[in-house]
Amino acid sequence: MQSLPIPTADWLALAPMLLPLLGAAVLLVLRGRPAWAVPVALLVVAVTGVADLALLQRVAVNGPLAMTMGRWLPPFGISFTADLMGTLFAGIAAIVALACFVTATVEGNPADRPTFFALALVLLAGVDGAFLTGDFFNLYVWFEVMLAGSFGLLVISGTPAALDGALKYGLLNFLGTSLFLLGLGLLYGLLGTLNMADVLGAAKSANPAAMTSVAALLLLAFAAKAAAFPINAWLPASYHTPPAVVSALLGGSLTKVGVYALARTLALLPESRTLLEPAIALVAGTTLLAAPLGALAETNLRRLIGFLLVGGVGVAVSGLALGGPGGFAGAIAYVANAMLTIAALYLVAGLIERASGETDIRRMAGLYRARPGLAALFGLLLLTVAGVPPFLGFWPKLLLVEAAAGRLSATFDWSAVGLVACLLLNALLTLTVGARLWGQVFWRPGADSDVTVAALSTPAGVDGALAVAVALVALITVLGLWPQPLLQAGRDAAASLLDPARYVSAVGLAGTGP
Amino acid sequence: MAVLFAVLVGAFVAVAVYLLLARTLLRVLLGLILLGNGINLLILVAGRLRRNDPPILPEGADRFAGAVANPVPQALILTAIVIGFAFLTVLLVLAYRTYAALGTDEVDAMRQAEPEAGPRAPMAY
Repeated sequence: MQSLPIPTADWLALAPMLLPLLGAAVLLVLRGRPAWAVPVALLVVAVTGVADLALLQRVAVNGPLAMTMGRWLPPFGISFTADLMGTLFAGIAAIVALACFVTATVEGNPADRPTFFALALVLLAGVDGAFLTGDFFNLYVWFEVMLAGSFGLLVISGTPAALDGALKYGLLNFLGTSLFLLGLGLLYGLLGTLNMADVLGAAKSANPAAMTSVAALLLLAFAAKAAAFPINAWLPASYHTPPAVVSALLGGSLTKVGVYALARTLALLPESRTLLEPAIALVAGTTLLAAPLGALAETNLRRLIGFLLVGGVGVAVSGLALGGPGGFAGAIAYVANAMLTIAALYLVAGLIERASGETDIRRMAGLYRARPGLAALFGLLLLTVAGVPPFLGFWPKLLLVEAAAGRLSATFDWSAVGLVACLLLNALLTLTVGARLWGQVFWRPGADSDVTVAALSTPAGVDGALAVAVALVALITVLGLWPQPLLQAGRDAAASLLDPARYVSAVGLAGTGP
Repeated sequence: MAVLFAVLVGAFVAVAVYLLLARTLLRVLLGLILLGNGINLLILVAGRLRRNDPPILPEGADRFAGAVANPVPQALILTAIVIGFAFLTVLLVLAYRTYAALGTDEVDAMRQAEPEAGPRAPMAY
């Protein structure tokens, strides 16, 4: 089948990687002309978003789409395989990037823009590539592309705190990708292939104990990238140090790639997932409880949001621990929700910091009077993160609890009970954190402080940034009030992930696969 | 031969872990370099070590007569070396800048992003 010419429309599978990389190169060339940076960057990210959504529409209608480079037959050539889970996340990553780009355009230092946009496009290329690749080694390469972009973005302000945070981020993430590479080496030694569709077939005849050790190593590597509990320390140490728009971009895409890679790997190695289930459940449960407790003890606004982000990772991982179509569907829908919600939270937090001139919530008070609009936006987002119905965060959690109930109705097992308890406790703790935070920043009378004076002077660009935040929150709210499309996408993505016959035949391995 | 390499990879990783647990930045970075080299060796062994012919078909033949060397691990290792080298360069620059800005290379003393003995969360409004 590879001897046939590749239909022109199939090249769409490569556009989400190629366009941002090309855009980043053009922006680096244009560094001397900051005025050109904005139109070029916005054009590139908009076209990438359109390509992502076109790919999503195509995959949703026609099933997975595969591209193999250079006419090397699939197990040897590097495949790009767009399936529903990957394209859904890639589309949302483009929406997040667009929101961040517009925010960076209306605020911030114009001289920094070419560098910011170039690095952010490299990041977007890495994120999209990771979501769309069909080869484990290629996934490693996209992880590194992503890391390269995020390094530059973290130190873009050059403050000592940003350097400190970026160094710890860099060391721990580089260690994480090194562990991933170690797992890949062992996987290659065991199976002789790194093509995802081929791994699926080859893993069935491999030694289950050896496969599970490799899966455990990959679990460690991806959990480090996703900032799951015992190895999450790099995230609250670094995500609050760069400008808020960078926090939003990183928080809305990077850790989600870790969760995505974990979901993909566990779906490809179902026996190993079953064997590792207690470990995954333990990681999910401890993440669910530790993260909001960390947020409760935190006073820096964006560090606190970092802890809320980690709690969301716990929700997604708990879906992978529950397994089955329901668990995976909940995890996928939750990741889609968290990408939008966390990015919006960071953007609104940036507006709060600009309005109050503070980063510490104890020195913010009474902002409600000066900025009622911000108070409403932030309150809505906090309710979404906590998962209060009818907001978006509630519906994926409902899927997860349903999945656990389905498992419990078959046989009683402690991990499902524990995960449900942790999910509910997490919602309660997150709601407590949100209520305290909102009370501290907005509701408390600001008698003893002068921060409301800063609020009276409007810094340049706040109106535009506020409009972006309003648009993003409106999108989240509409998706929450009308959750059926997202939940159905999550269910379909989980079904195609767990029954990969169409995925394998799209890559062209149907004859050799299962 | 493979056993010898396995021991070598183990030694690399052990030394790397020891260095990664150190408190000074340069040692941590050296640990990352050694870890990367150990992993590259591991990928080489994963492709099976055999001293045999290069995987190039002779004129007119359509299959290999005997065993040939596996070219895939070499491609993987080359990619990993390039990526690792680039990242270590960036990390070295970052470490130097951080050292210059913070005046220390002890990770314990680097508390700019996470102040130690920071303010406690408010207990009441």
